[in-house]
Amino acid sequence: MAADESYPEELRYHREHDWARVEGDTATVGITWYAQDALGELVHFEPPEEGASVAADQSYGEVESVKAVSDLISPLSGEVVEVNQVVVDEPEKVNDDPYGDGWLIKIRLSEPSEAEGLLDVAAYKALLEEQ
Amino acid sequence: MRYLSLTDSDQEAMLAAIGVSSVEELFQDIPGGLRLDRPLDLEPALSEPELVAHLEELAGRNFHTGRELSFLGAGIYDHYVPAIVDAILARGEFLTAYTPYQPEMSQGVLQAIFEYQTAICELTGMDVSNASGYDGTTVAADACYVAKHATGRNKVVLSEALNPQVRQVVKTYAPGFGLEVVEVPHTDGSTDPDDVRKAAADAACVIFQQPNFFGCLEPAPELAAAANEAEALAVAHVDPVSLGVLEAPGRYGCAIAIGEGQGAGNYQSYGGPHYGFIAMRSDFIRRMPGRIVGETTDTAGERGYVLTLQTREQHIRREKATSNITTNQTLLALAGLAHLSWLGPQGLRELGETCMSLAAYAKDRLGLPLVFPERTTFKEFAVRVGRPAEEATRVAREQGVHPGYALKRDYSGMEDALLVCVTEKRTPADIDRLAEVLAA
Amino acid sequence: MKLIFEKSQKGRRAGTLPSYDLPPAEVPEELRRAEQPRLPELAEPEIVRHFTALADRTFGVDTGFYPLGSCTMKHNPRVNERVVALPGFRDLHPLQEEDGAQGALELMWRLQEILAEVCGLHAVSLQPAAGSQGELTGLMLMRAYFADRGEAEQRKVVITADTAHGTNPASVTMAGFQLQKVETDARGNLDLDDLRAKVNEETAGLMLTNPSTLGLFDEHIEEVAEIFHEAGALLYYDGANLNAVCGISRPGDMGFDIVHINLHKTFSQPHGGGGPGGGPVAVRDILEPFLPAPTVTRDGAEFRLDYNRPKSIGKVRGYTGPFGVFVRSYAFIRAYGPELRRMSEVAVLNANYMLSRLKGTYDLPFERLCMHEFVLSARNLKRDHGVNALDVAKRLMDYGFHPPTIYFPLIVPEALMIEPTETEPKETLDAFCDAMEKIAEEAASDPEILKEAPHRRPVRRLDEVKAAKRAIVKYGFDQHPDLRGERAEGEAVEAQKGA
Repeated sequence: MAADESYPEELRYHREHDWARVEGDTATVGITWYAQDALGELVHFEPPEEGASVAADQSYGEVESVKAVSDLISPLSGEVVEVNQVVVDEPEKVNDDPYGDGWLIKIRLSEPSEAEGLLDVAAYKALLEEQ
Repeated sequence: MRYLSLTDSDQEAMLAAIGVSSVEELFQDIPGGLRLDRPLDLEPALSEPELVAHLEELAGRNFHTGRELSFLGAGIYDHYVPAIVDAILARGEFLTAYTPYQPEMSQGVLQAIFEYQTAICELTGMDVSNASGYDGTTVAADACYVAKHATGRNKVVLSEALNPQVRQVVKTYAPGFGLEVVEVPHTDGSTDPDDVRKAAADAACVIFQQPNFFGCLEPAPELAAAANEAEALAVAHVDPVSLGVLEAPGRYGCAIAIGEGQGAGNYQSYGGPHYGFIAMRSDFIRRMPGRIVGETTDTAGERGYVLTLQTREQHIRREKATSNITTNQTLLALAGLAHLSWLGPQGLRELGETCMSLAAYAKDRLGLPLVFPERTTFKEFAVRVGRPAEEATRVAREQGVHPGYALKRDYSGMEDALLVCVTEKRTPADIDRLAEVLAA
Repeated sequence: MKLIFEKSQKGRRAGTLPSYDLPPAEVPEELRRAEQPRLPELAEPEIVRHFTALADRTFGVDTGFYPLGSCTMKHNPRVNERVVALPGFRDLHPLQEEDGAQGALELMWRLQEILAEVCGLHAVSLQPAAGSQGELTGLMLMRAYFADRGEAEQRKVVITADTAHGTNPASVTMAGFQLQKVETDARGNLDLDDLRAKVNEETAGLMLTNPSTLGLFDEHIEEVAEIFHEAGALLYYDGANLNAVCGISRPGDMGFDIVHINLHKTFSQPHGGGGPGGGPVAVRDILEPFLPAPTVTRDGAEFRLDYNRPKSIGKVRGYTGPFGVFVRSYAFIRAYGPELRRMSEVAVLNANYMLSRLKGTYDLPFERLCMHEFVLSARNLKRDHGVNALDVAKRLMDYGFHPPTIYFPLIVPEALMIEPTETEPKETLDAFCDAMEKIAEEAASDPEILKEAPHRRPVRRLDEVKAAKRAIVKYGFDQHPDLRGERAEGEAVEAQKGA
């Protein structure tokens, strides 16, 4: 079942419709409700390797629906410490629960201060209004 | 004009509905200076009878394989095409349909492609086939592109006993792909696994042909092993007609199998259109170029077929696509499926055995020195005719026999070598005639 | 319907071969096939019935109207099928000596001359196997041209329009160039300001379809050509839409240096359910030395293959190209002669007539006359009634029509791209427009009938999500999963295309 539209208060958002949950020096990363809705039901997640380094604003992988491919943009820089294997096997988890079971990767942050440059929920919602 | 239906009164009514007074006005967006102010400089139109007569005259000046007793092969073969192939391809629904983007309109052609994919996977021992590539040369370039992205390496290794047409096409594509091409020379008509092992270090793939261009059987399992040791993808270029007799590439360690499909179901047609096939292990399915058909169900729970995994393709992934291919060779691949269905497993094996027996008879009957006497061959073999091959060809053709392909066109040291091909359409008596002509 | 493999019974066969009293062939043990491929085993009657049933479940131009935009689904004359099957063409070996293939070579030479005249350019290679390969060949020609001038390192960028077919950007990557995109202006032309800002000494060239995939002729094409030529760059014409302008305006006169021609669109090679095609390339004289080898040349009364081309990019396909396609297209053109112009005139007339009938019912994104095709938008139906372009397309099937191309070009939301071609009678155009109007009414009165369409095809809407996730791409014999009874869940998705 597709989730209802929501944008949790505690998350930080990237303009390319990615979210980050920062906890200490690590962050959990995924795509927003808006992104999964625009793509439709996901059929494939092409993850990075664990241990790979990712840079803020750069692509770290791809998700695909039947009709579209989308680069995954990392909101923050660091090293990939975990890939969500549940989503690799069942990509539709992202549609079901984009902020919970549908998270994509965990990053050990190299530049934790970058988080301050991300959008808060009000700013992200304002961005969606424009689109 | 006989292909147009519009009458003068139709045209008048349509121009009035559009709100213009002439057809010329419809082209008002084309700047005046760019409009052609004269008729095209083309010969006058021909009526249908005149057209047929004109083309019959042109066709009549060609020496086709029914007009000469032909032993030409070298990649394109005079195998028998069963009558059902002509009948099936003449069905207007297959002939005049587009790529099946709207599956509800195209279940027939989608199912046919699914069946073709199955047949190719069965032949090659692979997990996934696409709906076809252009021909047996371009699928080799496709395989290189897959291998480059799968391995992250920038070099491809080709056996020199791989069809020269294939090697030339790979070399044309390679610079755009950022690939270096290395060729491994043949040793007495086959490829040496040790040479492959050395060349394959840092290579994305190794492509060899089985049977190779000289008709010789390669030590294919050893070549694949040499590639695999270097973590290069082993790619076999195979003749579908041989695969009832020879082992499937998937069974001896190849990652990708490619080939020219012409011998299975297509006429020679002066080189095309034919179909190239490409099949691979499931690991590489997301790197496959071109269309793939998959099975699914409809809203009523009935089985049906659709184009699938389309995010690989140019119309969705655009500059990051696995290939730019869109138009492929579906109709020719359908001919292949029909031919393979007509043969069945038993027929395919008999076809290979018959060609091989006839070729063995020919080797013996010609009594000429073999260029590679140590090698086992399939339906082709190279002989030395003791004089320039062109001369032998000219003399034979004067007597109505085309004796084969002059290997000097592609290889040095082969001035007097002819590649002789024998298909199931040549009889022992035909071979006796060849022997007579070459002996003269 | 069962697969042919499911109809197979061990021991049945159709084909028989001659058998000779010869010793059996010996294959070395390690190379011998261990297990036979599981090809179908049927006698001839059942094979014929199987493929007849598949043909019955396929819709072609022969079945009915097929206004698939950018695909040029015109009638395929049957005389072309007759002449291509003449033994002198059908059974000719590609490595036959030139003196044994004079008729074939003359046909190819004549086709080269015709295409050069139609394109307004100097030389032609027939070798490329399809439009996309023609594109790639054209880009390779650009690279060779700049390498010859010592500008290979400098000229890295090829510009395409945002309305381009997906093949254009894909070809740019495969040819080793970098891609840059230029935007479309409010009238559907290339945005000249955007273009001027992007073209510089790093630009190798432009790839453009003209008329564009919107069915609109670029009104500033002369300025566009000037911008590129002044920067020392080349212009490539994607011939996908050449059916609009044969004998009316020539790409070479517009300023293009390289053109590919889709023989399977403009010149009636049947599409065959996806192929074969032909993608010859025509070029200006400065690019002639780089054309693929061999080319066909005339030497007095003789025709030859010229392999001695030191600057050639090489071969892009086996032998000399898809010869059977050349025979059909040559026969098609000879049936018209100089009246080829009439072909394009009627194609454009038919499209504009349909546009005039439908523009009140569906949104028209660019209020202009069109060329051989036009793009409407179903966004008004989506906004007012919640039905989309896909629903309209599926419902058209119930009226007996193949749907138009949908969701392309990408810059038009809910796009319906309609190309009638020249071979349709006015009654068919009217019947299709009537159906489109009726469907718009149904969208208001009974939207469900659209959403559940088609109702009269062998299958209902298919589950593409399941197909992509499980990827069953061949028959699995005794391990084949039984999907029957699993109803499709997800809505069928938007089928995009880019020929």
